[in-house]
Amino acid sequence: MTNSPVVAVRGLRKTYAGGVEALRGVDFTIEAGETFALLGPNGAGKSTTIEILEGYRDRSGGEVEVLGTDPQRGGAAWKARFGIVLQSSGEQGNATVREQLRHFAGLYPNPRDVDEVIAAVGLEAKPRTPIRKLSGGQRRRVDVALGIIGNPELLFLDEPTTGFDPEARRQFWELIRNLQRDGTTILLTTHYLDEAAQLSDRAGIIAGGRVVALGAIDELGGPEARVPIVRWVEDGVLREVRTPRPGELVARLAAAGEPDRLEVIRPSLEDIYLGFIASERTAQEVPA
Amino acid sequence: MSAATMKRAVSPARIIPDGLSRIRYEVTGYFRQGDSVFFTFLFPLVMLTIFSVAFSEASFGPPGDEVSAAAYYLPAMLAAGVLLSGLQNMSIDIAMERGDGTLKRLAGTPLSVVSYFIGKIGQVLVTGILQAALLIVVAVVAFGVELPPEPERWATFAWVFLLGVITCAILGIGLSGLPRSGKSATAVIIPIVLVLQFISGVYIQFSALPEWLQNVASVFPLKWLAQGMRAVFLPERFEAAEPGGEWNLMGVLVVSLIWLVVGLIVARLTFRWIRKDS
Repeated sequence: MTNSPVVAVRGLRKTYAGGVEALRGVDFTIEAGETFALLGPNGAGKSTTIEILEGYRDRSGGEVEVLGTDPQRGGAAWKARFGIVLQSSGEQGNATVREQLRHFAGLYPNPRDVDEVIAAVGLEAKPRTPIRKLSGGQRRRVDVALGIIGNPELLFLDEPTTGFDPEARRQFWELIRNLQRDGTTILLTTHYLDEAAQLSDRAGIIAGGRVVALGAIDELGGPEARVPIVRWVEDGVLREVRTPRPGELVARLAAAGEPDRLEVIRPSLEDIYLGFIASERTAQEVPA
Repeated sequence: MSAATMKRAVSPARIIPDGLSRIRYEVTGYFRQGDSVFFTFLFPLVMLTIFSVAFSEASFGPPGDEVSAAAYYLPAMLAAGVLLSGLQNMSIDIAMERGDGTLKRLAGTPLSVVSYFIGKIGQVLVTGILQAALLIVVAVVAFGVELPPEPERWATFAWVFLLGVITCAILGIGLSGLPRSGKSATAVIIPIVLVLQFISGVYIQFSALPEWLQNVASVFPLKWLAQGMRAVFLPERFEAAEPGGEWNLMGVLVVSLIWLVVGLIVARLTFRWIRKDS
């Protein structure tokens, strides 16, 4: 394998019929073995981007390479190398879990073991249950199982844990970590910022059809976005100060007596994300 | 992953094995889907039973050669079965699969469109043959219908049936793009199928229809399919009641083939795994 990225996106644009500009120049790359999270509010262009990479949609401009191939020209051999977990599924589900997985395994040249995959997604108690009789969360696990049954080099996960309970989400994270250990490259979209922080190496925040921030999870937004916030109430007024040395400030405050409702906040990925989305929205409201 | 770890190649050689795997998968799914079993598979049998019981006192055909209602309606219901199993089932099924995400999921796998269609047509063939066998067995056992002894008639049955099933299945693929959503599929397809059955001599004796309606029906394949089935199962003297006084098997062949070609072209031009950019 060469060192060329698994996914390379340059200047990607997409204009829908009717003139809606969904993507206005998106750039990012995903290296082999990396997990990359694409974050952004609904309608920001996440799904459009991922569907262009998967070959479901044609782009209006820019360059895209997935596993060295332009998705608009990808054939069966190309499709055999990645797995897709789509955002939602409402299929009739007349097949049982094992029948469904066995059938899909048969479509790939080098599939994973069916029972192993069933166990990996935690459905070992349900192999003979028709899919339509499973709960929503269990059906989602079947989706994930179908995404990995072909032993993919690259896995697309579009909001994979929507509808999961907290325990199921933890189990799913464990499954993803196992795939990461096997060297699978993963592109993840999610609305759960803790999930992105837990699973991914790097993230891109997409808003208004553009990537507004891109980088390693713990560096996203730069150091200034991570400056801790000290918050307290003084004379009934909420006070907030950002400082790289919160301990010093707290000590000074405490010297004048116990501060009311004192908090030290280290911005989480979620805080940083919301900061970006808010500033993007303000930028759009100001006419250029 | 290197090429050496590949157990099997992804190539055109996969089209047939994947297609056979799809047939098994589709047939299993078909029989687990309660409404398709009833409205497609058993419907002609239900209608045959109703006609046979309702008109059990009546007889059909020229004096001296009268047959029972069951014998008279057997060819019509065989033709209806081919239309339902082929066109109705196929078009609704594919439209629903497009609506519920099945096709989108398949589009993301190495499965070839050709394998998918082999699976669909195979499913229609398997269920259509079972349906025809069931109709014939019930007609004979329950209603005492006598089957034609001549091998030539059964040879005619074989080609009329196979050509009918495949033509209807291909037309079903072509029609599957008509409903704008999976939910509307039944509402769009069933009226088409129902009207065709009424004007094509399935429920109503064809010769009893006004000539202009007969001409309209003659454009569509079901009229010819039903006529071909009558040629197989009804006594020879019934031939006089047909348009032009003959079974016109050549007409059955030509019209079916024309529709087969039209269906193939429409299916080839319009079928998409998903509606891109909608």
